[in-house]
Amino acid sequence: MAETNAVRDGLRTYRMIAALWMRSTMAYRASFALTTIVGFAVTGLDFVAILLMFSQIDALGGYTLPEVALLYGLSGVAFGLADLAIGSMDRLGRRVRDGTLDTLLVRPAPVLAQMAADRFSLRRLGRIAQGALVLGYALSTLSVQWTPLKLLLLPVTLVSGAAIFCAVFVAGAAFQFVAQDASEVQNAFTYGGATLLQYPPTVFAAELVRGVTFVLPLAFVNWLPASYLLGRPYPLDLPRWTAFAPPLVAVACCALAGLAWRAGLRSYRSTGS
Amino acid sequence: MGAGRLYAAVAAGGFRRYATYRVATAAGVFTNTVFGLILVYTYLALWEERPHLGGYDQAQAVTYVWLGQALLSTLAIGGGGVEDELMERIRTGDIAIDLYRPSDLQLWWLSADLGRALFQLLGRGMVPFGFGALFFPVALPADVITWAAFLGAVLLAMLVGFGIRFLVALSAFWLLDGTGVSQMAWLAGFFCSGMLLPLNVFPGTLGEVVRALPWSSLLQAPADVLLGQADPLGTYAFQGAWALALLAAGRLVQSAAARRVVVQGG
Repeated sequence: MAETNAVRDGLRTYRMIAALWMRSTMAYRASFALTTIVGFAVTGLDFVAILLMFSQIDALGGYTLPEVALLYGLSGVAFGLADLAIGSMDRLGRRVRDGTLDTLLVRPAPVLAQMAADRFSLRRLGRIAQGALVLGYALSTLSVQWTPLKLLLLPVTLVSGAAIFCAVFVAGAAFQFVAQDASEVQNAFTYGGATLLQYPPTVFAAELVRGVTFVLPLAFVNWLPASYLLGRPYPLDLPRWTAFAPPLVAVACCALAGLAWRAGLRSYRSTGS
Repeated sequence: MGAGRLYAAVAAGGFRRYATYRVATAAGVFTNTVFGLILVYTYLALWEERPHLGGYDQAQAVTYVWLGQALLSTLAIGGGGVEDELMERIRTGDIAIDLYRPSDLQLWWLSADLGRALFQLLGRGMVPFGFGALFFPVALPADVITWAAFLGAVLLAMLVGFGIRFLVALSAFWLLDGTGVSQMAWLAGFFCSGMLLPLNVFPGTLGEVVRALPWSSLLQAPADVLLGQADPLGTYAFQGAWALALLAAGRLVQSAAARRVVVQGG
């Protein structure tokens, strides 16, 4: 019972802090609108690069533009959801350095929820919207033989993918307890991971694909489910059922990230100033 | 202290300041290497499909990727130059102190930015570039002259980059919150410098337009000199013209802005 109470507590804290930040950003409506539009454009830049590539070629690594767009859309929406939910986690290093983490520790609310909701901003919806647009384009141009199973797989993939990215965010934040100045390392795995997944697995070296399948299981965010949807050969010749493994992988990742977070938080020593 | 020595001291200070954060630098090197790794495979696939796209062969395209990662923070294409601090000083009003100093505002910040850029080139740029050269087939010149010409182009790129970012920072005199403008500038810089994709791959008129804009001095120009795709003297003329125009514009805006500053209280 104590566990469920803690989760309920955390969600309540998260909701309250997020609402607070929403009200705060809405005080400057023009700035909010501008940063949302810019956020939309910045994320769109990746897709512009892909479009520019396809202005010169018909297929990249054997994938056509709509197929790459499917990968891009799935990765974009999943990452966007994670970024909206807990994208501020990478500020942990700064908080450790300037000592403001102590403020969070003395409050009677879970630190993870406080960190995750910190600077919550709806302008991050721009990223989700951009990914959703590309995903919509992909689904409307691809001729997929839709079955109930495939239709079900789509939302499950997005939610599991978001959970996997959330786990990466939390694990990265836990690492910042140890290396405070190294917040950029986290970018390599979050933003870098999202960029990697926009391209077909056939483009990358086998060792790299193996790494993002078995070590940091990003392949489950979109590569494997998309391979099933498109009826393409799986990366690394994995068995067909792996396309349905993302929920399990997501749960495992979140559990590991939670453990890492606890270990990190326990090892925290305040700067004392 | 002579004027030259003053600005040299400011530049040295800029260098030392960024050299202090060793863990952050190591983290940046790691991130640049990871992004380089991802990009290099996509470029290899692209050039596999279309050999000699944009006049590059595969090795040249690979070199271009690692050069981009090396110059990204050096030229502050993705932000992170001195302009953030300058903007903050304008917003808080500390700029009044800077204007009161017996030194030139533009030269002061240019020196600080050159110091920063030099450190980023040595501390952050060389390792990813070395990694790329070690593990991927790259096309590097064998003669010293081309390397020297490349370094000249990088120096001019630093001037052009600062010229653009100084103008962006000065916009804070009128807007106070320069976040929107600096994000727009970041966006334009990323797209038009060749960071996204080499500019010679851009199709048709779009390609011609972006190649004429100042941002092409940043990554595309030094890259083409290193890869032997462009005549160094012509490139210098292009970069130098933009550097002069931007720095002159910065000077004009600076004098207009200085007249706006009102020191309150006493």
